Amino acid sequence: MRKGKVWKYGDDVNTDVIFPGKYTYSVLAPEEIAKHALEDLDPEFARKVRPGDVIVAGKNFGCGSSREQAATCLKYAGIQAVVAKSFARIFFRNAINQGLPVVQCSEAADKIENGEEISIDFSRGLIRAAKGVFGFAPLPESILRILDAGGLIPYTKTKIERKKELGDKHA
Amino acid sequence: MGQTFSEKILGAKAGKSARAGEIVTVSPDFILSHDNTAAIIKEFRKLEIERVKCAEKIVIVLDHVVPASSEKHALNHKEIREFVKEQGIPHFFDVHHGICHQVFSENGFALPGKLIVGADSHTTSYGAFGAFSAGIGRSEAASVWATDEIWLRVPETVRVELSGNLPEMVFAKDVILRIIGDQGADRANYKAVEFAGPAVEKFTLASRLVMANMSAEMGAKNGYFVPDEKTLSWLQDRARSEFQVMESDPDADYEDVLAYDVSAIDPQVACPHTVDNVRPVTEVEGTPFHEALIGTCTNGRLEDLKVSSQILKGRRVHPGIRVLIIPASREEYLRAMQEGYLEILVDAGCLILNPGCGPCLGAHQGILAPGEVALSTANRNFRGRMGSRDSAIYLASPATVAASALEGKITDPRKYA
Repeated sequence: MRKGKVWKYGDDVNTDVIFPGKYTYSVLAPEEIAKHALEDLDPEFARKVRPGDVIVAGKNFGCGSSREQAATCLKYAGIQAVVAKSFARIFFRNAINQGLPVVQCSEAADKIENGEEISIDFSRGLIRAAKGVFGFAPLPESILRILDAGGLIPYTKTKIERKKELGDKHA
Repeated sequence: MGQTFSEKILGAKAGKSARAGEIVTVSPDFILSHDNTAAIIKEFRKLEIERVKCAEKIVIVLDHVVPASSEKHALNHKEIREFVKEQGIPHFFDVHHGICHQVFSENGFALPGKLIVGADSHTTSYGAFGAFSAGIGRSEAASVWATDEIWLRVPETVRVELSGNLPEMVFAKDVILRIIGDQGADRANYKAVEFAGPAVEKFTLASRLVMANMSAEMGAKNGYFVPDEKTLSWLQDRARSEFQVMESDPDADYEDVLAYDVSAIDPQVACPHTVDNVRPVTEVEGTPFHEALIGTCTNGRLEDLKVSSQILKGRRVHPGIRVLIIPASREEYLRAMQEGYLEILVDAGCLILNPGCGPCLGAHQGILAPGEVALSTANRNFRGRMGSRDSAIYLASPATVAASALEGKITDPRKYA
């Protein structure tokens, strides 16, 4: 459990301000994608973010486009997790599929302040912050397996390989 | 207790009874992607398998940046064409067809009772035909190509009952903007939105597409209309395969039921920088802007071009603004040409662009400079979406945009009824 500095934002942070559409087909490498993270919301973010930092936001984080770079750019910017009151559904899936943990916790989102240091215990569902310890429901087992594998692609790859091994054994 | 449409179709696909909140693993009927197919291919390659599992289920439409506006975009398209050939993907629509959601519908993939996933958030559109269709990300699309399966949470359903008759110069776009304005951008997050009631059957399929498309702006997983005679007749010469109409039981369990009398709705405008920041046009009249856009997957169809041309006929657009017209597809383009709408629009001073997404996502064809304002028929007005982060976007119906184009400021279209 490492401590991370908080970048706090409001409600309805959309995918266009997380990763502008104009880059979606021209900026391709994850490290380059990360350089544009939150560009139209907080132009300072990409330059100042440090590995392990945490984003804390209001409701409906990641609403808008299905572009997966919205999750990729945060992950490769070094973000440890996003804590929010709620997530837009496609962003939620994309974050899991990119191996970026998402934590839904309204109380923490209200009480945690910009710039403070917090730590998150994913298995026990606890956030330790300046104003106390906040509990959250850990993600279901099936989703944790995707996160633990580092995202959907490595998860699916392992699944396909296992299936093939089983098939070879029975052949 | 009966079942909702979403419970029925996901249950049928999963081979068990499904209730809202459950997670099911299903095999979709179609998987849509567009220019982002190149990125999906990159993810697919990481899986180190040679062939996609069901090539015939994959539908690819190039529409986001068409034709390619830079070498990078050109390379993207090239990689996609090569992959299509390599994998023998039969349903590929190159740059000259139009916007994916329109092309997918016109070509008879969007059918009642089908389960469709698409690597685009406005995949919700096909609910207009009674399909279950939801947006997914690119890793998921690659994974579905490889495994032919995906997990989905069965959504709760919000039913929206529409009654009354649309007043003159008020359209489906105004209705959905009003609903989103009242309910908020996350009202239907993770949920299905079912549009029903006596007003719905009066809506054309194009108008139903507007509403199902924009249900995404309430956060919806999918939108849904019960297929009726209009749907079946629209599909008659288009359907690619057999289909089964599925609908909610009369005693289905809805999360909520909202009622709207469409007779009481005025023309609406979504103001910067969120889609739920909606006001009646009368409150924003007189707001100046620089660029008007009539098109996109929301409002680039024949009926949109028709009403625009009726308003602009024999008149000139305001000299201080530029007006971009983008038919949603080649088919709509051709029909608008045959009907004479395009001639009227060109004569009025509009610029006709090729079918595609155009500047809606800020990649090309009409980017906004700092300080500029657009009035658009699109579905999103997030900060910076059409260009500079210091630009702004207002959203409205084609009639409102056309009337406003004449005056160079936001105008109530009822003035031109």
